[in-house]
Amino acid sequence: MAKMAKIIIDGKTYEVDSSKNLLETILSLKLNLQYFCWHPAMGSVGACRQCAVKKYRDENDKAGKLFMACMEPVVDGMRVSIEDPEAKEFRAGVIEWLMTNHPHDCPVCDEGGECHLQDMTLMSGHNYRRFRYKKRTYRNQYLGPFLHHEMNRCIQCYRCVRFYRDYAGGDDLNVFGVHSSVYFGRHEDGVLENEFAGNLVEVCPTGVFTDNTLFQHYTRKWDLTSAPSVCVHCGVGCNTLAGERYGKLRRILTRYNGQVNGYFLCDRGRFGYEFVNSEKRIRKPMLRLSGENRLSEADEETAITEISAIIKSSRKVMGIGSPRASLEANFTLRSLVSERNFYWGVPEQEFSLLTKEMNILRQGSIRTPSLREIEKCDVVVILGEDLTNTAPMIALAVRQSVRQVPVQSATPYKIPHWQDAAVRELVQDEKGPVFVATPYATKLDSVARTFRGSADEIARLGYAIAGAISSDAPKADNLNEEVCVLSESISKALNKAERPLIIAGQSLKSEAIVNAAANIAYAMRKAGKNVELCYTVPECNSMGMVMMGGKALDQAFHAVEKEAMDTLIIMENDLFRRDEKQAVDRFLKRFKNIIVLDYIENATTERATAIIPVGSFAESDGTFVNNEGRAQRFYQVFVPNKEIKESWRWVRNIMVTSGMKEFSRWKNLLDYTQALIKEMPYFTGIDTITPPPGFRIAGRKIPREPYRYSGRTAMHADKTVHEPKPPEDVDSPMSFTMEGYRGQPPSSLIPFFWSPGWNSAQAINKYQIEVGGPLHGGDPGKRLIEPLPNAKPSYFTDVPKAFAPREGEWMLVPVYHIFGSDELSVHSPGVRELVPKPYIMLSPDDAARLQVTSDSELELGIGGQVERLPVKINLGLRPGLAGYPVTLPGMSVVRFPVSVKISGVKK
Amino acid sequence: MEKPLTQNIRTDGAPLYLKEYEQAGGYQALRKTITMTPKEVMDLVKDSGLRGRGGAGFPTGMKWSFVPMGDNAPRPKYLVANGDEMEPGTFKDRLLIEAKPHQLIEGMIISAYAIQADISYIFIRGEYTEGAEIIQKAIHEAYEAGYLGKNILGSPFSLEMHVHTSVGRYMCGEETALLNALEGKRATPRSKPPFPQSSGLFGKPTIVNNIETLSCISHIINNGAEWFKKLSLTGEGGTKLYGASGKVKRPGLWELPLGTTLREILEEYAGGMRDGLKLRGLLPGGASTDFLTEEHLDVNMDFTSVGKVGSRMGTGTIIVMDDKTCPVGFVHNLQVFFAQESCGWCTPCREGLPWVEKTLYSIEHGTGQMEDLDILSFHTKYLGPGNTFCPLAPGAMEPLQSALKYYREDFIKHINEKSCPWRS
Repeated sequence: MAKMAKIIIDGKTYEVDSSKNLLETILSLKLNLQYFCWHPAMGSVGACRQCAVKKYRDENDKAGKLFMACMEPVVDGMRVSIEDPEAKEFRAGVIEWLMTNHPHDCPVCDEGGECHLQDMTLMSGHNYRRFRYKKRTYRNQYLGPFLHHEMNRCIQCYRCVRFYRDYAGGDDLNVFGVHSSVYFGRHEDGVLENEFAGNLVEVCPTGVFTDNTLFQHYTRKWDLTSAPSVCVHCGVGCNTLAGERYGKLRRILTRYNGQVNGYFLCDRGRFGYEFVNSEKRIRKPMLRLSGENRLSEADEETAITEISAIIKSSRKVMGIGSPRASLEANFTLRSLVSERNFYWGVPEQEFSLLTKEMNILRQGSIRTPSLREIEKCDVVVILGEDLTNTAPMIALAVRQSVRQVPVQSATPYKIPHWQDAAVRELVQDEKGPVFVATPYATKLDSVARTFRGSADEIARLGYAIAGAISSDAPKADNLNEEVCVLSESISKALNKAERPLIIAGQSLKSEAIVNAAANIAYAMRKAGKNVELCYTVPECNSMGMVMMGGKALDQAFHAVEKEAMDTLIIMENDLFRRDEKQAVDRFLKRFKNIIVLDYIENATTERATAIIPVGSFAESDGTFVNNEGRAQRFYQVFVPNKEIKESWRWVRNIMVTSGMKEFSRWKNLLDYTQALIKEMPYFTGIDTITPPPGFRIAGRKIPREPYRYSGRTAMHADKTVHEPKPPEDVDSPMSFTMEGYRGQPPSSLIPFFWSPGWNSAQAINKYQIEVGGPLHGGDPGKRLIEPLPNAKPSYFTDVPKAFAPREGEWMLVPVYHIFGSDELSVHSPGVRELVPKPYIMLSPDDAARLQVTSDSELELGIGGQVERLPVKINLGLRPGLAGYPVTLPGMSVVRFPVSVKISGVKK
Repeated sequence: MEKPLTQNIRTDGAPLYLKEYEQAGGYQALRKTITMTPKEVMDLVKDSGLRGRGGAGFPTGMKWSFVPMGDNAPRPKYLVANGDEMEPGTFKDRLLIEAKPHQLIEGMIISAYAIQADISYIFIRGEYTEGAEIIQKAIHEAYEAGYLGKNILGSPFSLEMHVHTSVGRYMCGEETALLNALEGKRATPRSKPPFPQSSGLFGKPTIVNNIETLSCISHIINNGAEWFKKLSLTGEGGTKLYGASGKVKRPGLWELPLGTTLREILEEYAGGMRDGLKLRGLLPGGASTDFLTEEHLDVNMDFTSVGKVGSRMGTGTIIVMDDKTCPVGFVHNLQVFFAQESCGWCTPCREGLPWVEKTLYSIEHGTGQMEDLDILSFHTKYLGPGNTFCPLAPGAMEPLQSALKYYREDFIKHINEKSCPWRS
């Protein structure tokens, strides 16, 4: 329990938490006070001097003295005034100083209308300009496809470098120059290297760093139709705000969730959204008319009739679900084809590994932490995951966890932990223990002690750690000295830790790694220690998939070999990304009818005999389950052309038309969700993570548009002068208009952050119970997986053998890219620019042996095919291993584990 | 009159190297120190009343007493000599560095012993290239002679010493910015608390003392606290290097008892104003101190007495302004310096000082407006201690606020006549 203090602000007494600084406290009390350099996730440095308040020694002190609220610890009995005329004059003065050089280009600035500087300027009351000299000007830089740079607007709050360098671990953004010409940028033009650079859009209090993808199709915040959404680009499930205008998705912002992503997003999540607007979008149903070979556009009614007829006349219909589709969509397809004929469109290997991860968490006694909780862990062991590329926000959380141990050293010095600059001076480069075991060098290495080896070697290390912690855990034999020493020191660190965490996943396609991670946790538990276990999952609903359970793609392949089926329905899944081309080809050839529901043209839709245009995340509602087992609801942002509907709605309509009348009672999403729960009770509660569609506040819906939304009566005037009826939303309590309840909605229904006087993302303060804490009403989402305290799982015993390179053969290890490995985001032009070209990764030793350099090309035999790939050398890779970027555009799909021979070298 | 700091200085300008320094009694204080406990050394310095000669006048012994001592104290501990003498008009540390390097080194070893520091740095203004070379050579001699390094003079005490030349920012004179610079970071100040005594260089306990302060230490050890106190006229302890620049007959630097009056310094030592010129005002201790005028000449130059008349003794180096020099131009010149030397960390200093500078420029050049006086007053009011992150801007406001008080009619005349009366 936090120590409480009574303080007096402008004559009123408040009881507050004494571990906070005065600024946080004032904001948590929902009072208004201007600030710039302080950030709730980054603490105080006292640079901008904006949050000045008067502080009085005692009740007899009438004069008082100015203090910066962000640098003042809350002390019992403290007396302060925000409204004191001198404090107000000083704060207005700070704005006036900042304005001496600010260009006042709000009308042409992308930040305008959601600018913290605008808000603070208005709040300060400064309006009349006295400075009559020239402003300083800067040259702007090219920073890559994501961020637009406009340095003249800079107010030198230092937030950008503090986020980029101190928080996110980047080093190619810095502050240059001195006095009144301080410059924030790179040492030269170039793409910002850090994967979290996009957060500068929200971290910057004005328009220095703005969203360059938004700039390509710019819309003011007040003109956006927005909805709460969940990121679809990996399995972490960050909460997002998605905004639309004129049928185009315009941008993604962070939707604060105190338990998940907090204030930040990764760049794939923030900038990957543009696939929604892609020219490859499927917008109309496509049918193969009788006697024709190619598909042609059809209207909705024809499509439903034709497809229903196909299904009715089919003897057997097989359904292929997807981990990128919602629970409801998969469940509806499963309802259509029956459980027996429903398969998940992922390889057996991935499916069983994910199932294993889930079972370890669900049937064991080890808790899995939320993303926010990872930040609080003090020792982290990462087995086999290149987190920056497979689950970027977990990597960002681990970067914060390295501060947990060192920050404690501030306590005896009486330095409050929010005093960021002082804590960093004290801590210097000291980092808490993080161990990264991966096949190749990763970005997190900079904060970690590392181990390099094949998947099996990593698993052996894991087993060795478990063995070192608890003597009854199975041990790996024939360990080399490096593993012995390392496992010893990792086990020591884990034993000393208060909140240790093991992170693993299925990225390397290794069951032994998943097991070894569990064994470490089990051994810790056996030794009576606290421990948590986090598994990454590849897609936004991978965990939902394995929770629903069922069969995988290999079994579908098998089934059609045994039994003839005539119709296949594939939902939101490109099978050619899932398995080797020949295998998928052979499978598809078994069917007469291939009905594909998807939103983007891909290799699978090319093979379809009928295509149904379904809504992407922005045009659908549904529920995803993230790696933590947290069920989260995402909402439709806008209504596209009428043929695009949610997968579940299309499938249900087809079912009803083809005679399964009982499904006609599924009217809105809640009906689907409740039917799902009825059949799969372990999803109980996901229907109440958000208010039902009939929910109203004072009889009103929650508007997706701000009340300043403009142009509604004019935007369709080119077609009709009659204002069209706004679309209705039967699935949620939100309206697609500006009408509705204007106060704060329940936490799961926040379409945008706004509060009177707070137009920027900083309005989040007003939505939280206390600054940086949970949202009013609790952070949205529901954890479906909690450990069983009395479970006594037994150790896994599949200790793999040591890896021995074989002459002339290379064992492939999967390599991941934040920009490139994800299916959807590569359709976004900005992301596309950063996708690497196909390549193969070699160790320096092997490259030397083969006498190849980074310019050389290798010829490889993979899966019966010959591939020519340029070489990239990775300093961490061990000889005998070759890195193979998976699902990168232009790369073939292979089944791991696989070894290749090099058949030729072009230097 | 005793002049411990400058006695034995060679008249040919060459430095007093080890042999001569030892002949003059050098390093006897260190030999005595290692027979004392650190606490005894610290108490002696406390009793002597020595106050920091960098400008703020903080009692040196008290500063040391905040350093964590004992076996559990964080290590390494650091001692840093602040030789970043960039205050305009100030040139006292330079003499001590160039003429008596071993006096500084010995003082540092003793001070390091008192706080049980492990590593020491001498941070020297970048332009003092000659001084840096001299100090470097002297350090080398001290190592050779066993005064530095492991087990100094056979005692358990060890100390490393390094020279670091600044790349040149006024900001580095502020002790926490100096520490950042020494760590290779931007020379921006740190927030206090925590004070460097507990979390300083590389996050470890650190004492930063001025060159002149450290140069006093060996004499206190040799002659005792009472002797040191009696050196001064007013009880603050010690002698002081006073300087005078500006249009006086004999600009220079003199070691005098602390508390010598301004009149004595200016008239006896600096020889009074040049013929035909009258004293208009003076900055008693460098550019960031308030103006004093004719009426204040009988004030004793010590920390307390100068404070009482509304200025600061600062570094004790006086800048004299005569009656043929325009006070607006004079202050403008200072503000050009301060605006340029702002580190750019906090808003009021970074944006306020250039505004002040531009305003003074326009007044000086005939485009000033009466409202400009309000703008200047706004800055002198709000660029105060606590409102800005560090004392740079408040220091910059001291000559301005006092100029607005004493020479207001000059400012008004500039504005009314739309030109500088001294230029026409």
